[in-house]
Amino acid sequence: MEQLIIPAIIAIVVAFFSVYGLTPFVIRALEKRNITVVDANKKEKTMVARPGGLSIIIGIELSLIILYVFFPISEILAVILTTFFAFIVGLIDDRKTMGGWFKPLALAFCAAPILLLGAYDSNLDFPLFGSVKIPLLYMALVVFMIPIMGNTINSIDVLNGVASGFTTIASFALSICLFILQNYEVGIISLCLSFVSLAFYKYHKFPSKIFPGDSGAITFGAAYGSIAIIGGVEVIAAIAILPAIINSFLFLSSVKKIVEHREIKNPTSHTEDWKLQTTSENHAPITLVRLLIAKKPLSEKQIGIEIFKLAIFSGILAIITAFMMGVTI
Amino acid sequence: MSLAIFSFIFAMWILILVGGGLMVVFVGPLSFSGDNDLDPLINSGFKVLIAMILIFIWVFALLKIKNWIFRKIVKT
Repeated sequence: MEQLIIPAIIAIVVAFFSVYGLTPFVIRALEKRNITVVDANKKEKTMVARPGGLSIIIGIELSLIILYVFFPISEILAVILTTFFAFIVGLIDDRKTMGGWFKPLALAFCAAPILLLGAYDSNLDFPLFGSVKIPLLYMALVVFMIPIMGNTINSIDVLNGVASGFTTIASFALSICLFILQNYEVGIISLCLSFVSLAFYKYHKFPSKIFPGDSGAITFGAAYGSIAIIGGVEVIAAIAILPAIINSFLFLSSVKKIVEHREIKNPTSHTEDWKLQTTSENHAPITLVRLLIAKKPLSEKQIGIEIFKLAIFSGILAIITAFMMGVTI
Repeated sequence: MSLAIFSFIFAMWILILVGGGLMVVFVGPLSFSGDNDLDPLINSGFKVLIAMILIFIWVFALLKIKNWIFRKIVKT
């Protein structure tokens, strides 16, 4: 445990300050090249730099490479490679809008390093009851985990600061769970992700100076999913992001097909004071944001705070679950 | 509205715990080898099939809970 402290501190400092220092340069570079999009929820026409995936991936890769120098274990290498491949998929999607099936399929292949490096344990652990070993089911889980997590985080990237803030809360909760389960190395990897997303949140929070884009949101999701697999905490990781899973679940159960998020009707509209209200359009999908504003219109910032409250609640449930892992009935 | 979503998250959590219990207690120990030893892959395949059915039931239960919770809200 003691020998982990210094590498952990170095990796965390690099994770935070690389993103904190690099993102302003990325913003300026994107703005200079006019690679910006309209922030749809602002009254005045506001152009925001997009995508910010580059600073996110540099933060994750740099910090994990430092950890890998100290601890050359296949688990860290698997996260480094899987996250990088996922970033490339996101970047392609940022540059050229692909069909609804492109991302899930391409992201499924990104899990290859985890499988090839054998950086997983095929026992699926559940709280209170122990673990179950179904190798075929676990292989499918590894393959599907990256597309599911990537798209789940990407699907909540609809308001200023939500994707990065949500990832910060979820990955901090996951780190605590991993420390409770005494899986310290993977806990430190998860902490690196927490600090990368926290540093990015500084620029992504309301009012955003940069959007993560598909490359950023998918990188967050893929890193989170790979950590869940190599740490053997798939169930806990899913619990920590339940609000985002609910968002995808509500969306899929109302749309009933996998589509690219740009193809769907916006389920919200604006009031005169520029708050978000639910649309009267019957065919618009049901989403978490639409549910939050079902009773009364809320400002973009208020909705973000409501989503963070839900994320904290899920994080607490995940931590309770981690404690329950040690108990067998 | 937030309270309903908190309830929905809690219901999902309970369903995950119960579903995990079913997987470990019933599906995990199942063996389809019988007298002739079947390939472990086929054995695993049968378990995956059962797991898929459980997931289907899980999603179905979740849909029912979602409709029940949010219908109550629409009424109020």
